[in-house]
Amino acid sequence: MPLALGTAAVVLLALLWELARPRLIDAWARYRSLRAASARSAAAIGYDPGRERRAERRARSLLRSCVDEHEWAMYRDLGFLRVWGGLAGRAHASEPPISATEEDELARRDPWPQAGAVMAGASPDARRPTGPASYAYLIYPHRPIVAYVPETGALLSEYCVAFPDHSRPYGSARLPDSDDVLAKWMALTADERRLIADANMHLPGRQIDPDMVSRDLRRLSRWERERRSHAVSEIKLPA
Amino acid sequence: MKLLRLKPGHGEIVLAEGDVEVPDQERELIEAFRRELDAGMWAAVPTESGDGRRQAELVKSFADVPRDAERVIFFPRAAGGAQRTAR
Repeated sequence: MPLALGTAAVVLLALLWELARPRLIDAWARYRSLRAASARSAAAIGYDPGRERRAERRARSLLRSCVDEHEWAMYRDLGFLRVWGGLAGRAHASEPPISATEEDELARRDPWPQAGAVMAGASPDARRPTGPASYAYLIYPHRPIVAYVPETGALLSEYCVAFPDHSRPYGSARLPDSDDVLAKWMALTADERRLIADANMHLPGRQIDPDMVSRDLRRLSRWERERRSHAVSEIKLPA
Repeated sequence: MKLLRLKPGHGEIVLAEGDVEVPDQERELIEAFRRELDAGMWAAVPTESGDGRRQAELVKSFADVPRDAERVIFFPRAAGGAQRTAR
């Protein structure tokens, strides 16, 4: 009796399998094609160069409206922003303007002019500190923030920080380049300590090539010298 | 006042816009503000000091937003970036 029942059960299972097999195969095929379509559409969403360009254009416009003219020009011309470090508690008050001769003398003595004394009247960099800056940051889009000593150009550390939007509206969590720079700028100027605490700190060279940063610091120095001499010549013109 | 949000693949979007002196509009601004904070966003107000220096101020509640602020910008909160070693 048990043998007969067992045999019947096996036969029943085999029959049921034969009946259900086409449906199961269809369902599996539908599931696979749906997954493939979803992956294809996600990939298509993630790589629309036109949309990304438009997003970047909007982001640049917003960045420009938030930072001052000198910082915007720096980002536009060099591709990064410098933010002076504030944790050392330096004063930001302006000093009286100095003459062009004094400025030339300062520029000659100071190999890293961005760290020198402020020329409140002639310098377009309103954020420039009054005393020697103990440190500053370079903000690159989607790369770590680099801390360095303006006086010597020595690199201090890399702060790896990201602003991932987990809602991934277009398949990606990455902000446009200029929005990433703006987010870093806002977080650094508003609450430097908090941003640095949230970042992963590494020694220089972990993600960013130190030679590239050194080159960028030299470019920045040259760029600021040229802008300053241009500003000074414009001041002299009316006289 | 405009509430803006930085968004991947788009740039900023306007979440809400209104006059804080008009109660109904202020209520809408407050609701949108809370929604973004609840979604884990940071809120920053770009400011300009008397000497022309520009910076931002992080705000944690609508009451902290200066009444004359033109924009509040929301962006995803900072997270430690990738640990990868590739350059």
